[in-house]
Amino acid sequence: MIHQYKSNGYNIVMDINSGAIHVVDDVVYDIIELYEGHEKSEIMEMLASKYPKEDIEEAFEEIETLIKEESLFTEDIYKDYIIDFKKRKTVVKALCLHIAHDCNLACRYCFAEEGEYHGRRAIMSYEVGKQALDFLIANSGNRRNLEVDFFGGEPLMNWDVVKRLVQYGREQEKLHDKNFRFTLTTNGVLLNDEIMEFCNKEMANVVLSVDGRKEVHDKMRPFRNGSGSYDLIMPKFEKFAESRHQTNYYVRGTFTHFNKDFAADVLSLADKGFKQISVEPVVAPASEPYAIQEEDLPELCEQYDLLAKEIVKRDRAGKHFNFFHFMIDLEGGPCVAKRLSGCGSGTEYLAVTPWGDLYPCHQFVGQDEFLMGNVWDGVVKTDIRDEFKLCNIYAKDKCTNCFAKFYCSGGCAANSWNFHHSITDAYDVGCELMRKRVECAIMIKAAAADEEGE
Amino acid sequence: MKRIKSLNTRSMKQSMVKGGCGECQTSCQSACKTSCTVGNQSCENNK
Repeated sequence: MIHQYKSNGYNIVMDINSGAIHVVDDVVYDIIELYEGHEKSEIMEMLASKYPKEDIEEAFEEIETLIKEESLFTEDIYKDYIIDFKKRKTVVKALCLHIAHDCNLACRYCFAEEGEYHGRRAIMSYEVGKQALDFLIANSGNRRNLEVDFFGGEPLMNWDVVKRLVQYGREQEKLHDKNFRFTLTTNGVLLNDEIMEFCNKEMANVVLSVDGRKEVHDKMRPFRNGSGSYDLIMPKFEKFAESRHQTNYYVRGTFTHFNKDFAADVLSLADKGFKQISVEPVVAPASEPYAIQEEDLPELCEQYDLLAKEIVKRDRAGKHFNFFHFMIDLEGGPCVAKRLSGCGSGTEYLAVTPWGDLYPCHQFVGQDEFLMGNVWDGVVKTDIRDEFKLCNIYAKDKCTNCFAKFYCSGGCAANSWNFHHSITDAYDVGCELMRKRVECAIMIKAAAADEEGE
Repeated sequence: MKRIKSLNTRSMKQSMVKGGCGECQTSCQSACKTSCTVGNQSCENNK
């Protein structure tokens, strides 16, 4: 499968099955477009008025070299491998701990319904959290690196339990030869120096929720009394990011139908000095006024283009920052097994409620049909796990001919469920945005390679 | 080559040989929590 596109002056050709990516001139670009459906003589004729004959001949030679090197027009050889891979016994390697189903903000787009997840307000006790860590260790097999995200609601509303659980995890990892990677997602309201210091010592990553420009943030992320939260959290986030040496954190925002010009929000965060930025589309039923609509797509795609070009410009001026959705590791990225086997929800990744129930991921919490078990009895509803186990690229029709499948792994199961009541479908608006982001990310790499070559 | 510049990429086919150890980060634990992005993650064995 080939995907080719033009972006920011670059002609880009992706050979999906090998993972190879080529930046090509116009002649090669046009030939590749015609290559599969036509004989060489036909292509020569079709392009005769556009390019000199010797140029076309030369381009053909180069294309054929790539084919011989197995980096162009390669076959998909992974289906059986992935199906076998997914049949293996699964282990649990990551937990999302819902340390507090409560929140001190009332964000208008909150999928967790202001922290309560279609249920009651609750905080996780130390005993439940401790049992969750024991469950993780006991079910992790030979995997050494175990991830635990302190999530909410707002986890700082139950900070003492977070601290005690980290301490417990550190004791246990020595006994069981494991390595805990703790992370924390917070809205910043309760953040203080003591918490920052603790996080800098213990948390592999922190995710700091802020939407970008003050007016955008305050509109969607108010306190329960309606006033904006930006002025309280922003100085703390700036300090926190600096104290982590501008690494191992993300400022993470959500954009909605109300701020389709979200590139300005990303750049507002970059201009504040943040170097690790993630701003993502809201996922909401189309009936919500803030939901992204299909007709928003052209404008949103334009914003990604604009942002990508600005990033190239800033990179060249030595003002680099990372935008999460444009980050792509072409040389050291994941193996094909990881790329095609899905996000791991319901199998290696589970969410734990404050009272110890297990769900396939944080997005499914509170939906009774996805309750899988609890941290004492483990996964009891193995049919749910088995359904998630089969979730991979080859189980999803929409992924078959999609060029982004090696980069998104089939998308989010919860989004698919929310829109189509099936975990093997896909959320179409999300897919469209994903494809755009992959194109932008690769263009940025092409621009960087161009710069190095000059 | 004159007309084609290939970016350095990891071979998908080669990655079948030693792939699938599962030590890498779960995608949703990184930052997203609403989407799924794996292309930006690093392989633990390449570190």
